[in-house]
Amino acid sequence: MIDTDMIARYGPLLLAGLVTTVRVCALASLIAFAFGLVLALLLGARLMIVRAMARLYVEVMRGTPILVILFLLYYGGPSFGLVLDAEPVGVLGLGFYGAAYFAEIFRAGFESIPTGQIEAARMVGLRRRHIVRRIQIPQMLGLIVPPSVNQGIILVKESAVLSIITVAELTKNSMQMANETFAVVEPFLAVALLYWLLIEAISWSGRWIERRVRHV
Amino acid sequence: MYETRSGANAGPKLADATALPIEVRGLAKRFGDVEVLRGIDLQVQPSEVVCVIGPSGSGKSTLLRCIAFLEIYDEGEVRIEGRLLGYREGDGPRRLSGEREINEVRACLGMVFQHFNLWPHMTALGNVTEALRVVKRMSRAQADEAGLDALRKVGLQGQARQYPGQLSGGQKQRVAIARALALQPRVMLFDEPTSALDPELVGEVLSVMRQLAADGMTMVVVTHEMGFAAHVANRVVFMDEGRIVEQGAPADVLTAPRSVRLKQFLNTWRERSI
Ligand SMILES: Nc1ncnc2c1ncn2[C@@H]1O[C@H](COP(=O)(O)OP(=O)(O)OP(=O)(O)O)[C@@H](O)[C@H]1O
Ligand SMILES: [Mg+2]
Repeated sequence: MIDTDMIARYGPLLLAGLVTTVRVCALASLIAFAFGLVLALLLGARLMIVRAMARLYVEVMRGTPILVILFLLYYGGPSFGLVLDAEPVGVLGLGFYGAAYFAEIFRAGFESIPTGQIEAARMVGLRRRHIVRRIQIPQMLGLIVPPSVNQGIILVKESAVLSIITVAELTKNSMQMANETFAVVEPFLAVALLYWLLIEAISWSGRWIERRVRHV
Repeated sequence: MYETRSGANAGPKLADATALPIEVRGLAKRFGDVEVLRGIDLQVQPSEVVCVIGPSGSGKSTLLRCIAFLEIYDEGEVRIEGRLLGYREGDGPRRLSGEREINEVRACLGMVFQHFNLWPHMTALGNVTEALRVVKRMSRAQADEAGLDALRKVGLQGQARQYPGQLSGGQKQRVAIARALALQPRVMLFDEPTSALDPELVGEVLSVMRQLAADGMTMVVVTHEMGFAAHVANRVVFMDEGRIVEQGAPADVLTAPRSVRLKQFLNTWRERSI
């Protein structure tokens, strides 16, 4: 039988974990999205060295487990004078890790815009930054919503590893509940349900945004 | 003839009123090992309509794209109203111009592409007014007025609020022409403007172009429309394998070809259009 009493008792702890997960993921997504866009622009930069650096960043991030990056930041950070609490490390780690994936999504978005449109823009005198802002990004947004939502969902699920560096997020708190009650079914059932709700909410928002940015 | 300017003493910022709209000299362009343009000389007079014809792969588009500096040419020069396009004026090893200088020199050029290249997320009016607002810094009201004027010239003021996806091919191409005209160019470049259109839509685009020519616009038109070349062009230029093989008045070039290649080209064209 499922002990609903226990779930009720630990409800506040789980909800606090959920709030932390939402906060961490929201901030990390913001970083991932913004820095991912910058990276995507750098991947198409005119200077070879800039392109190469951006490409190196993306490849290294994609080729490294998120846990290793978090360990490096959290345990290795202090030897480089970077002393941060667990949660900021989690936000930065997830954010800069996610940026590599978002960069690839954006790059694909940029490349899907026919070069003819950009040539037409150049011929009417639009400068590069206008072309990016007025021609490329608006069209790209429509294309990148589904893969971005997907990436956002992956980010939420990966945020569970932050429990290992002691961030009091959803997974960490459910483990605490399991340790204190010696129950396994209730904590993990509750946590699965909460993750599922969170991810459903993201998918739903994604579909809503998609309807809004699509036209014609 | 018009005097061509020697670059050194003329102020580089001033458009020279006596300079030719377009002057191409010794133009060469390679893609890797392939020599696509092998020394092109071409002078276009004010209000002249030049049609460029030639077999597929002969370098017509590349020539036009070099004149617009959408391709970086390797040798020779392209001068627009006397000003060197794409490279800094001066002796010694050539250096590419910056974006701002390039835009300044080609500000008098308008270009129309085979595949329209409209921006699908903007209305017809949005496509036409974008550069007016961003480049010419007009207010929305001013830009809309100028944009509607341009759309009226191509007979599409009624379609101003429609998106490209809602327009026919002929309408799209006319919007693209309006987009270029809104900036009041003095020279228009057309790269096969009707080749992507259904046959019944070709006429509406050609008639807009014919009107432009009649209004005195300087035009370079790459085309397979021999009728247009015969009736509207002041000069027909025949290209083959990256060279201008023959050029002259349409009546001479199209009816009394001298070179074997042009004869073959015209025969093929006649056979196809029977
Ligand atoms: N970006 C490019 N990279 C490599 N080769 C190119 C490129 N653009 C054109 N070429 C080559 O240059 C040659 C001339 O091409 P161009 O498009 O100028 O011919 P065209 O006369 O316009 O032909 P068409 O009538 O088919 O449009 C062709 O052999 C083409 O394959
Ligand atoms: Mg061509």
